[in-house]
Amino acid sequence: MNPKKNGKAAKLSDSRPLNGLRRVVITGAGTINALGHDVPTTLAAFREGRCGISQLEFRDVDRLSIQIGAQVHDWRAEDYFNRQQILLYDKFTQFTLLAAKQAVAQSGLNFQGELGLCSGVVLGTAGGGLNTWDENYRAVYEEGKNRVHPFVVPKLMNNAAASHVSMEFGLRGPAFTVATACASSNHAMGLAFQMVRSGAARVMLTGGSEAMLCFGGVKAWEGLRVMSRDACRPFSANRNGMVQGEGAGVFVFEDYDNARARGAEILAEVVGFAMSSDAQDIVMPSAQGAERAITGALHDAGLNPDEVGYINAHGTGTAANDKTECAAVAHVFGHHADRLMMSSTKAMHGHIIGGTGAVELLACIMALRDGVIAPTIGYQEPDPECALDVVPNEAREARVDAVLSNAFAFGGLNAVIALRRI
Amino acid sequence: MTDHIKDRITAIIAEQAMLEPDQISDDSTPADLGIDSLGLVESIFAIEEEFDISIPFNANEPDKSDFDISTMGTIIAAVERLVAQKAA
Repeated sequence: MNPKKNGKAAKLSDSRPLNGLRRVVITGAGTINALGHDVPTTLAAFREGRCGISQLEFRDVDRLSIQIGAQVHDWRAEDYFNRQQILLYDKFTQFTLLAAKQAVAQSGLNFQGELGLCSGVVLGTAGGGLNTWDENYRAVYEEGKNRVHPFVVPKLMNNAAASHVSMEFGLRGPAFTVATACASSNHAMGLAFQMVRSGAARVMLTGGSEAMLCFGGVKAWEGLRVMSRDACRPFSANRNGMVQGEGAGVFVFEDYDNARARGAEILAEVVGFAMSSDAQDIVMPSAQGAERAITGALHDAGLNPDEVGYINAHGTGTAANDKTECAAVAHVFGHHADRLMMSSTKAMHGHIIGGTGAVELLACIMALRDGVIAPTIGYQEPDPECALDVVPNEAREARVDAVLSNAFAFGGLNAVIALRRI
Repeated sequence: MTDHIKDRITAIIAEQAMLEPDQISDDSTPADLGIDSLGLVESIFAIEEEFDISIPFNANEPDKSDFDISTMGTIIAAVERLVAQKAA
């Protein structure tokens, strides 16, 4: 990327940093999750500390030992999609498309012509079309049917959502899906950031989606015995496990110069990203792996640790994650760990698995733009192993200039994003 | 009957720990036997399958569970209780 070497210095605009990399900004956001069907409703819920977790409602739920989750309520696909689309879109694709339409509408972008050719989409999901797997396995195994709908494969594949987003908006550049369990959407957004920063794409739609709240999806999680039967209480000494959620978050990541030139409203700047692998255990997290991702993101962003005012934690509410995450943050930030705020919004929207980082990025944007820090609700008892300011139970007003969003997945895959106020 | 339950549990734990059954005593803790949290969850599943019982165990709060997993002896006693409840 040395401008002198490749002779492209003349094409660089004035606002481009000296390292030759482009600045990346967020110009649109969309979501659907248990707290609401759009961004304003979700942010209002964050401010109020509203809980989206309730009794699950779907077929055979009475056969589950875990019967709570953060389910999207009042979801009528027919309000948004026609009959043919519903036949082709699993719920994770439906959620993605709704969020993507909101994000693109906010950005004001039109991808016709040249822009569509150099724009793309990268999304995260862990389970893809899990409802479709579940329904069709039930049909052939339980109900003994010998025929399934012809669209089962295009409906369940993990890249279905990314492909439909590319078709919806005419994004003809890079389009793919990443699956890194609970870090999927952070990995996706990190890659989108890198692609816009490097010039591989001018605009990327990015984020993630999950729709795993069905009998098979919850039954599988039950087996691991890490789920709570009553509530998600991150960092609280009496926490007893995670609670699954569902939904999607999609953002427009855009070249800063492009956004400025067209006078777009900028929600935040994406300034850094890092990923690491624990290379250690398939389920137990490692503080060292988390630390390397956090320090990597700070380094990539050129941020000093004391510039970070807020961290949206992975904060699953399991015994193992929360103490490991707090140890990692305490070690990376030293004395500053006692001054920064770190909350987990999963107690409100549940653990949206492959889509969780995307919905959580909304809390980061709210912190930077609105000066409101989303709380960790359900917090009841201090835990000496989680002795940080976790913004317990009530949102707080605070001006922060830089934030991080953590995601630490099963498989030991860590992805941390850094945003800055603009 | 009781000895039979104990033998079947010991066999399950021995397989998980990659030990011989006679290397396992009532005082052995899962940690003594080199069984980590995932191994413990797997062992509990195997015991549930073996006896067709449902064991209340949450890996996040093993101490608060009604199912005491501190030693082989407590695990055997808890399984015997669940098997008896099922028969009743």
